[in-house]
Amino acid sequence: MTDQLPAIIVLMPLLGALLSVLLGMFDRKLCLPVALVALAITASSAVAMLANVLASPGQSLSYRFGGWDPLVGIEYRIDALSGLVVLAITAVGFLNAIYSKTRVRDESPRREHYFYALYLLLVAGLCGMVLTNDAFNLYVLLEICSLTSYALIAIGNRRAALASFNYVIIGTIGASFYLLGVGYLYIKTGALNMDGIHAALRANDIADSPTIKVGFILIMLGVWIKMALFPLHGWLSNAYSYAPTTTGTLMAPLMTKVMVYIMIRMMLSVFGTEFVFHEEFWSNGVVWIATVAIIAGSVLALARSDIKKMLTYLIVAEVGYMVGGAWLGNHSGMIGASYHILSDAAMTFCLFLAAGIIINRTGEARMNAFDGAFKKYPLTMIGFTVGALAMIGLPPSCGFFSKFYLISGGIEAGQWGFVVALLFSSLVNAVLFFRIFERAYFPKDLASGFEFGGDPDAKPDRSLDQVPYSMLVPMLIAAASLLVIGLANQTIVGWLNTALASFSLK
Amino acid sequence: MTTVHSIVPLLAFLVSLVAVIPIVLLGERRRNAREAATFIAGFIKFALVASMVPAVLAGKVLEFSFIELLPGVALEFRVDGLGLLFALVASSLWILTSCYSIGYMRGANEGNQTRFYAFFAVSLCATLGVAFSGNLLTLYLFYEMLSLATYPLVTHHQDKEARSGGRTYLSYLLFTSIAFALPAVIFSYLNSGGNMDFTSGGFLADKVGGGSALVLLLLFVFGFSKAGVMPFHSWLPNAMVAPTPVSALLHAVAVVKVGVFCIIRAFTGVLGTDFLQTLDVASVISWLAAVTVVTSSLIAMTQDNLKRLLAFSTIGQLSYIVLGVSLLVPHAVQGSMLHIPMHAFGKITLFFCAGAIYVASGKKYISQLDGLGRAMPWTMGAFAIGAMSVIGLPLTGGMLSKIYMIWGAADAQQHALLAVYLVSSVLNGVYFFPIVYRAFFRDPQGGEVYDRVSEAPLPCVLPLAITAAGSVLLFFFPGLVFELTSLMISAD
Repeated sequence: MTDQLPAIIVLMPLLGALLSVLLGMFDRKLCLPVALVALAITASSAVAMLANVLASPGQSLSYRFGGWDPLVGIEYRIDALSGLVVLAITAVGFLNAIYSKTRVRDESPRREHYFYALYLLLVAGLCGMVLTNDAFNLYVLLEICSLTSYALIAIGNRRAALASFNYVIIGTIGASFYLLGVGYLYIKTGALNMDGIHAALRANDIADSPTIKVGFILIMLGVWIKMALFPLHGWLSNAYSYAPTTTGTLMAPLMTKVMVYIMIRMMLSVFGTEFVFHEEFWSNGVVWIATVAIIAGSVLALARSDIKKMLTYLIVAEVGYMVGGAWLGNHSGMIGASYHILSDAAMTFCLFLAAGIIINRTGEARMNAFDGAFKKYPLTMIGFTVGALAMIGLPPSCGFFSKFYLISGGIEAGQWGFVVALLFSSLVNAVLFFRIFERAYFPKDLASGFEFGGDPDAKPDRSLDQVPYSMLVPMLIAAASLLVIGLANQTIVGWLNTALASFSLK
Repeated sequence: MTTVHSIVPLLAFLVSLVAVIPIVLLGERRRNAREAATFIAGFIKFALVASMVPAVLAGKVLEFSFIELLPGVALEFRVDGLGLLFALVASSLWILTSCYSIGYMRGANEGNQTRFYAFFAVSLCATLGVAFSGNLLTLYLFYEMLSLATYPLVTHHQDKEARSGGRTYLSYLLFTSIAFALPAVIFSYLNSGGNMDFTSGGFLADKVGGGSALVLLLLFVFGFSKAGVMPFHSWLPNAMVAPTPVSALLHAVAVVKVGVFCIIRAFTGVLGTDFLQTLDVASVISWLAAVTVVTSSLIAMTQDNLKRLLAFSTIGQLSYIVLGVSLLVPHAVQGSMLHIPMHAFGKITLFFCAGAIYVASGKKYISQLDGLGRAMPWTMGAFAIGAMSVIGLPLTGGMLSKIYMIWGAADAQQHALLAVYLVSSVLNGVYFFPIVYRAFFRDPQGGEVYDRVSEAPLPCVLPLAITAAGSVLLFFFPGLVFELTSLMISAD
């Protein structure tokens, strides 16, 4: 049974999606329990699979769908990195489904069954993309994710339709680039399995051929568009901020991070470090693009007064962190980038959940939603504060350690521009979030100030944050995970080290 | 030197963090019980810190480490002479400040007192974390924790002035620590070969070149801007919007001393004074500090707001310490370590007095103090003793540390810097004596009669009398302080 875990992880949500539509026709109340059960099984399978991977020799597992040989069939390959990313996806998916309980009912009445079907399909697609070792299968799963996410966004408010349409156009271009690139590779190597492509590149010594180079560039362009690397980020902000709350909270932490994971997989497993970092001019160029992305994302975030938009621009900056780290071409940078996939997913998730609660309670999408927020929603603000401090990069949260590895990589590679950009973005984040803290904890109105225990004469308000537990608990778990990921960074980095050891990084 | 595993440092660190729970739960309704919680935590903390004295004096280093944060670098407490000295100062003064806070906060009818006491306790926790840090990463972690924990105290009044003061406070401290100190920490880690433990010779000794060492020193001195070396000093005068107990304990003792403590660690534990002497780069830091010493004294002379004057005086005194350690010779380094407790007792007395004057008479400006000494003899008498200690006059502890630093400057053949110490002492006298003179020897302005003004409440006056007495006692009984600092000098 346990060796079937990779298949269960992808098939469970698929099955759940089917059931959700079918049962939803009879009683829409059944959709959420179905989704929760499916996601719980997926998440626990992800935990078990990670344990299996770590216990296996070489910390790597292979799974053949239907028992077919990788040459003709589809192979899933799992190492510590993909195991961790899948765990992050399924955990976010599960917690976010709990969070969605009241949100979906209120925001998309009478369409819950569609919502949960699409939601589960998206989770299945994301997990599949991370697990698969087949370049074409990856494209198929990428399209599953894209199509479901277009629909999930379009369910949102009136402006969501246009945002989604923009995303459709850009996303399709990105996916097409990727497919073209895979086509080029297939022409030259005759293989679609990632290891197969890599072996063929090595064996036939064709890495210098223009076809392969063009294929590489197309694939990279494709994933950069999908991950919203500056200046290809135009679609992201509107799409995520006009989407329904729980779509935003699912996609913002996961989509870009999974695309970063795919970029790393392509760089390391398919093309290999020798090919990718062969021309220093180009790899340095990408680090500079990432540097600009970090600075631009931070500055654009600073200019926004809409909370969700501000957070989406922070994602643009964070994508710069990971792309830059991966392209530094050394071990620390790659560790930083892959560790940051996890920590950024957790940070973004925590912040979006907390912001979602505040926006939902106050009905305000702008900064003034935070006026005196601590008094009204103490637990939510504590969660938000933890997320924000992690974003700024203060120890011992996970944000500090990813920054630590990324900066170490930058110093080792002599990429001072990148180092400065990372520090700059920490500072901008500090300004951004302390602007909010000041509103939340020290409002001008003294009476709504931040004080424990409250006014001695007032009647104590027993309801926690006036928010249902279904929203509060996932948010607090996400906040706690930031500290756990931070304090356990040695363990996680140890696993990542093994996963990255086989790729000759400096 | 033997290393002993001990859980006492962790307990001493945690006491005030745990105290937050009863403080918050008791709240404003049971404020007497809440203050009792603060006191109990304060005494336990002090007792735990003091219980480590015999072991440390016997030449042992107490160590406790838990999670490994980076390869080879754990979250680690190591208690040596300097750390213990600083912890003793901070934890003993916390008890007195808590007593003072009761008088001040109730006397001045401050709001949000539960928040105040809770974050005060967290700040003390972070301070001890810094004092006991065994390696550079742990030090950085608690340094940042302290910045965040003190922010709510600076913004306490929540009015426009407090918010903008808080903004300046945090933007200076966070900006410098992220932009300068963090890269320095990472650079040190990369060059250390994976071991950031403070050692007596410095863990980076012989591992970096002269240029890198200079850049590192600059990054540390500016990055740990709690030490207020110019041009990153203006957060301190702005932080004076906080209630006076905060200014007294945090912005004369805990926070600012954490800044210089970190810089001393950077000189002694990271790069090592012996190694720096071979490089001849530390004089850049000496001159930066010297400029700060003189400039801040000159600015202090122009101030009329008493707390702002004290803030600028603090900036100057902190740079004494930076200057002392940057001279690299044993006497100067020991003098700068001695100056931590000596200045702490003197300056906290002055702040206590400033607060007591405000509570009793509502006066904030020096020009209003004429004749006040007759109405508040205890307070103004303590003020005079505190001022003497800060200037470095005999019969107060401040003289001893100053003599050591001057001795060190002579040892190092830095006569210009020796002159800086002397000139600035004169300047200190120039801005402190008029205050004492006004209070005792001038008649009240405009025939104002102080028949309604008397001493501040007892909880305010008692601590300031004790700290003033402490300044004097440190002159006559400096034994423990000397022994603890000597451990650091002859550690190898």
